[in-house]
Amino acid sequence: MNVAVAKTGNGRAVSDLFTSAEGRLPGSPSVIAARREAFETYERLGLPHRRIEEWKYTDLRALVGEVLPLAANPDAAALKRAADAVKAHAIAGARKLVLVDGVFAADLSDVKALAAEAGFRTSRETLEKDAGLLTTAPTDAVISLNAAMATDGVVLDIADGAQLSAPIQIIHIATAASASAFTRSQVAVGKGARATIIESFVAAGAKAYQVNDAVIVSIGDNADVAHIRLMDDAPDAVNITSQFVTVGANVKFNVFNMTTGAAVSRLQGFFTLAGEGSELSVNGVNLLQKTEHGDTTLVVDHAVPNCVSREVFRAVIDDRAHSVFQGRIIVRPDAQKTDGKMMIRALLLSDEAEADNKPELEIFADDVSCGHGATAGALDDSLLFYLKARGLPEKQAQALLIQAFVGEAIEQIADDDLREHVIGIAERWLERRQ
Amino acid sequence: MALLEVKDLKVRVEEREILHGLTLTVNEGEIHAIMGPNGSGKSTLSHVIAGKPGYEVTDGQILFMGEDLLEMAPEERAAKGVFLAFQYPVEIPGVTTMNFLRTALNAQRKARGETELMVPDFLKKVREVSKSLNIPQDMLKRGVNVGFSGGEKKRNEVLQMALFEPSLCILDEMDSGLDIDALRIAADGVNALHSPKRAMVVITHYQRLLNYIVPDFVHVMSKGRVVKSGAKDLALELEESGYAQYEDA
Ligand SMILES: Nc1ncnc2c1ncn2[C@@H]1O[C@H](COP(=O)(O)OP(=O)(O)OP(=O)(O)O)[C@@H](O)[C@H]1O
Ligand SMILES: [Mg+2]
Repeated sequence: MNVAVAKTGNGRAVSDLFTSAEGRLPGSPSVIAARREAFETYERLGLPHRRIEEWKYTDLRALVGEVLPLAANPDAAALKRAADAVKAHAIAGARKLVLVDGVFAADLSDVKALAAEAGFRTSRETLEKDAGLLTTAPTDAVISLNAAMATDGVVLDIADGAQLSAPIQIIHIATAASASAFTRSQVAVGKGARATIIESFVAAGAKAYQVNDAVIVSIGDNADVAHIRLMDDAPDAVNITSQFVTVGANVKFNVFNMTTGAAVSRLQGFFTLAGEGSELSVNGVNLLQKTEHGDTTLVVDHAVPNCVSREVFRAVIDDRAHSVFQGRIIVRPDAQKTDGKMMIRALLLSDEAEADNKPELEIFADDVSCGHGATAGALDDSLLFYLKARGLPEKQAQALLIQAFVGEAIEQIADDDLREHVIGIAERWLERRQ
Repeated sequence: MALLEVKDLKVRVEEREILHGLTLTVNEGEIHAIMGPNGSGKSTLSHVIAGKPGYEVTDGQILFMGEDLLEMAPEERAAKGVFLAFQYPVEIPGVTTMNFLRTALNAQRKARGETELMVPDFLKKVREVSKSLNIPQDMLKRGVNVGFSGGEKKRNEVLQMALFEPSLCILDEMDSGLDIDALRIAADGVNALHSPKRAMVVITHYQRLLNYIVPDFVHVMSKGRVVKSGAKDLALELEESGYAQYEDA
């Protein structure tokens, strides 16, 4: 299928997206039927636009316009380029699971080492038999599209009590230009387990590609888990990711997201605190320049009493970029003693930079402590002057203050190597400003 | 050639003239004290020399080693050897003092075409200087000046001065907020830096500091001008008589 066809007339071209991909999508006839249904939902809704409340600030019809055709299976040359990208973006010591243009690449992955500590299958294998992976709550047009089109992903099963000796890094690599990759993964962490999961999104030379990813996470009681997502796509890419997270009792779950690429990105995270005594911390950094649009939309649902949730979010917005943060905290009638807070700070580096914050508290219990705060401002001139008076050129002085600004969110990453890796990505973003 | 020549300098802030034709010459190796009542323009002069934005120079000039200082960005001035120890050092949360010191020192060296200082050499130097200034190592791991006491902030300024080795040091009320022991330590630090090549301009309200840092010249500033200059005894006279006689000069 060529792009020209995808651009002509709305309804028919969209159908082509599915029919031309159908033969390559894994699944028994019943799975394919579920996909077809999901696709019909997507077709009925179309891409989200500004009149859909949740997408008010991120009008995909205006920003993206069309969904590009499914990327071809990576050939040998693509895998070669992907291998180089793996080297550049792998975190030392982590066990890698690599997806190239939405297809699992066993040769680039550490399946053997991983299998010793955790259950692993590809989503492709899982979907051949069972459509369960395709169901999520909530759902919307982009999630339905993902369910219809997902080619692959990873399914991780971390057993009760497992203490992973190394982090697991899922690396999504784009090698195909002007094409889409649809991935869907699942991570199930058992009771009392300890694990660190990292997801990296990078390009290996590809331009103007689109990523639509979905991750379904469940965390068993007493588990201690860190989940880090590093969205460092090509500057003209599109990345839409949906996370669905269910947290058990007495869990410590630390989530960190950083966006340093993509022309248009949206991370939507749906977190449900389903067991008492858990601590959920969701932190994020958006570093945006040029005309980039970065949206982080989080829903934290306190379904049970006695949980703590913390959201610390920092956006650095340069040029004519646009950052969106929407954070909703829901406290159900039973969820007494909930402690839920969110703090959003935006740093505007240019007069044309834009930040939209939409915090929402929906509180149905009476004995709770919830709150949110938001600030937006420029760099402090007196600090800049102090640094310049000590010999730092303007951009370097700015860089130091920007690093300090995002540091408060990055500091929440406990592991030293991982934190350094994240700081390295932020530093490269700063260098692109120079 | 003089190290610093301020000639008939007129400066406005927000449409109001603060310096009304100030002249001051500082040669290598000299120590100058500037005294004067609150609001006479001492900090304004130091800020204009350091290159702080917001000041409009309407007349006069400032030469540093014969070059037009006003044409240079603040960071160029720093790299060339101008250092201002601020009256009110700012706090920079999230930037550790150590990281700040290293970044600043290397930026200055780079601007001068010198190589970066190796980390071990840098650490050794910081350790030596901070020890002599009685600055505990763990303070260097904190954000720049964050949670520092007034005296600690001032000592941190002297620490930077010692590391960067500037040729012109302007100390704006280094003694304010320091207890007697801290004052002596900081003054010792300053004296240790004094050399035939390095000049100091010490802005103060108190003769006491000048017992430790002994000036070659004392200038009285009033209403945006230097109204009297003399030897160190002038400071003692001022302590006796106050500024009243200069107020309508
Ligand atoms: N940014 C500014 N806006 C308006 N007026 C200013 C500004 N900065 C300085 N001034 C004014 O300029 C004058 C000189 O101030 P400056 O701080 O230079 O005095 P100083 O001699 O250092 O006083 P002190 O001994 O109290 O430190 C004062 O009247 C002050 O109010
Ligand atoms: Mg002053």
